[in-house]
Amino acid sequence: MDTAVHEAEGDFTPRDWAQHPPYLSPLYKSTVLRSPSKPLIPMKQCLSVRSGPVFGHDSVDPLDSDLTKNGRVNGEPVGERMIVTGRVLDESGRPVPHTLLEIWQANACGRYVHRWDQHDAPLDPNFFGAGRCITDAEGRYRFTTIKPGAYPWGNHHNAWRPAHIHFSLFGPSFLTRLVTQMYFPGDPLLPLDPIYNGVPEGARELLVSRFSIDVTEPLWALGYEFDIVLRGRQATPMEG
Amino acid sequence: MSQMLKQTPSQTVGPYFAYAWTPELYGRRPLATNRLATRDTPGEHIRIEGVVYDGEGAPIRDCVVEIWQAGADGRHAPGAAGFGRCGTDDAGHYFFDTVKPGVCDPGHAPHIAVTVFARGMLSHLFTRLHFSDETAANAADPVLTTVPADRRDTLIARRAEVPGGVVYRFDIRLQGEGETVFFDC
Repeated sequence: MDTAVHEAEGDFTPRDWAQHPPYLSPLYKSTVLRSPSKPLIPMKQCLSVRSGPVFGHDSVDPLDSDLTKNGRVNGEPVGERMIVTGRVLDESGRPVPHTLLEIWQANACGRYVHRWDQHDAPLDPNFFGAGRCITDAEGRYRFTTIKPGAYPWGNHHNAWRPAHIHFSLFGPSFLTRLVTQMYFPGDPLLPLDPIYNGVPEGARELLVSRFSIDVTEPLWALGYEFDIVLRGRQATPMEG
Repeated sequence: MSQMLKQTPSQTVGPYFAYAWTPELYGRRPLATNRLATRDTPGEHIRIEGVVYDGEGAPIRDCVVEIWQAGADGRHAPGAAGFGRCGTDDAGHYFFDTVKPGVCDPGHAPHIAVTVFARGMLSHLFTRLHFSDETAANAADPVLTTVPADRRDTLIARRAEVPGGVVYRFDIRLQGEGETVFFDC
């Protein structure tokens, strides 16, 4: 599978704009100058976009999926150890096997390694906050990490981002590319967050992970589950 | 076939993705880079470069451009060889060192698929880069011809031959005057 180019069987389903946030979402101020003012132009799906990059296991180091280990310098990272796992599926519920996920996140104090992050909270010398993995044949992925902290941002007075983990996925096509964020159940910051609330009501709840006592490992780490659904294939392949 | 599941909603990459997506500065191995071609890659070696601008014409320094393209023979190489990723610098500038693709879709002009991600972009944008020296093929291209004639220029990378080689200039304007055409596909 690693070397196969996923060529067209048929068109992919369209981006479902009842699920995705609009480009202009004025409560999230940065969208105001970064959203197109003209409508998107519909484009027929041709081979150049129905295909997409396929990342093999050589793209991932063994430690890439364990963020509690891949940034260590002189000890263990601080914070609440957690496992995040789930399945990558298409809209028909079929697994998306052997596809790459990237994640990145703040540390337990809500501070990113990124050089621009000026939040007055400590960096953790043993936590880098980025990882990768490839789904198995059933579309499953699994990361071990530290629960990220909330942090303030400049969008409005007393604005705080709810704790979240960024996810980036490729899927079988350039069209199935998805970048999203995973949140935590019961976070009181969620109703106040313009990025989360930029997603239509009824869809945004899909971004909240589920706590799972079954994934939780005794004496070791709390478990969260987060499934991700990518665009699937149209039922009837279109002649191209 | 009924669709039982709903697509997971998109969210912004935020401002702090660079250490994960373009982590060379942090001493980490990147998944992909902006150098798609090695010396041995067949085809015409080119640089694609440009600046990403916001609605006030200010360059965007926390943006990522990703590309996906065929090789000079018009075929997509196995794996991820046709994939590139470049973060913009403080001047909003990005570039890719690659080869000019051949025709991968019969009847289409040579082109490269482009996605744009940034803070302030809750869903990514999708566009397509064409080449200014493909005048006849561009005029017959089934995608370009669906674009209003006065906006097609935003999809044409301008060829220049400079001492270092061939450079195609492709600025991306997210909003306002000269706004790049973005597609829903």
